[in-house]
Amino acid sequence: MTPLLSARRVCKTYGRGEALVRAVDEVDLDVTAGETVAVMGPSGCGKSTLLHLLGGLDRADSGQITLAGKPVDRLSERGLARMRRDTVGFVFQAFHLMDELTAVENVELPALLAGRSPRGARRRALNLLDRTGLADRAKFLPAALSGGQRQRVAIARALANEPVIVLADEPTGNLDSAATLEVLRLFDGLHEAGQTLVIVTHDSRIAATADRMITMRDGAFVDETRLTGGTAGSLSKLAGLED
Amino acid sequence: MQQEVILAMLAKEPTHGYELRARLRQALGPVGEDLNAGQVYVTLTRLEKAGLVASETAPGVSERPDRRVYELTPEGQQRVTAWLAEVSWPKPDLTEFHLKLVAAFAARLADPVAIIDAQRRELLRRLRDAQRAALAEPDGSDAALLIEGIVLRLQADLHWLEACERTWTTRRRAR
Repeated sequence: MTPLLSARRVCKTYGRGEALVRAVDEVDLDVTAGETVAVMGPSGCGKSTLLHLLGGLDRADSGQITLAGKPVDRLSERGLARMRRDTVGFVFQAFHLMDELTAVENVELPALLAGRSPRGARRRALNLLDRTGLADRAKFLPAALSGGQRQRVAIARALANEPVIVLADEPTGNLDSAATLEVLRLFDGLHEAGQTLVIVTHDSRIAATADRMITMRDGAFVDETRLTGGTAGSLSKLAGLED
Repeated sequence: MQQEVILAMLAKEPTHGYELRARLRQALGPVGEDLNAGQVYVTLTRLEKAGLVASETAPGVSERPDRRVYELTPEGQQRVTAWLAEVSWPKPDLTEFHLKLVAAFAARLADPVAIIDAQRRELLRRLRDAQRAALAEPDGSDAALLIEGIVLRLQADLHWLEACERTWTTRRRAR
């Protein structure tokens, strides 16, 4: 099967000379449709930069990136903007909601920008808020929502234009344990519904929801493991009931 | 499972073995799935021999094959009280892993970072399983609380592995 997202020898450097940093150093990655992939690594390992390159928020110095058949690295600025709007859903650590817009207005915004009818956009936005368990918070401003609720609004917004892929950058980085669980539940539901997800994180909890986990160090992938179909043994063993 | 657990579960009232098992299942949820049914009876027999539990056959209460009712003896009561007051906590065994890294690096036998990566893979798989179970539990169940504890412990271990990774990648680079 052709991967939905494919990266080949992707490089991104910052600075020059002595101060040259290879943020992303010849990374290859294939993501199949419906798959959830987590990229983990210490801060500064280049995982956020990689995500930005994959989603067209930033341009690679070299290498090829193909997303849903389109060569991301060769798109014009305009084509890139369109791709970010129509094909990719972004979720960030700091939510990036518009403070002066209500939850539903935040969620419908990408659809309005894509030229959908206000009615259609609103209907879909309410639908998405319902899906994320926030139907009763539609008219709330972000300031009136908890951290977990804000991130769920941001996830609903990421889904506004039915993206082929959702890219999440430390989505639980600002959340406490209970709110993390809310977001985990939501991602789990998306995964079940067949949404393709790439999550970069250093939160092991969210990484553990993935099908596949990749470890990144110094700009490169150094380890990869499939988490599904593992042989971790029974819960009772984990709980210390058996030896 | 510890004998004291079975004793303490009996403290509420004299109980059939199957009722005891039901209480355990309730408290453990998916964690108790692999619990051997016979284990409870074996433990009860041992406790009886030790004089901590007494039993008698309840005549014709139900159709169930197991009609033996168990209750705590005064010694059993004392043991339960002492156990509840005891401050014990399972030790996390990090020393062995730590020394494995130290020895592997010193003797140039293996790459400590590769050992850490392998350990992380295993812990993440466990975390995934525990988390699946956590997500499947209804809110507020007894078992959910236990699974939350398992998840938090695995997270703590994974945090520590991050610290190990930082140290050993630096040392490896410096060599």
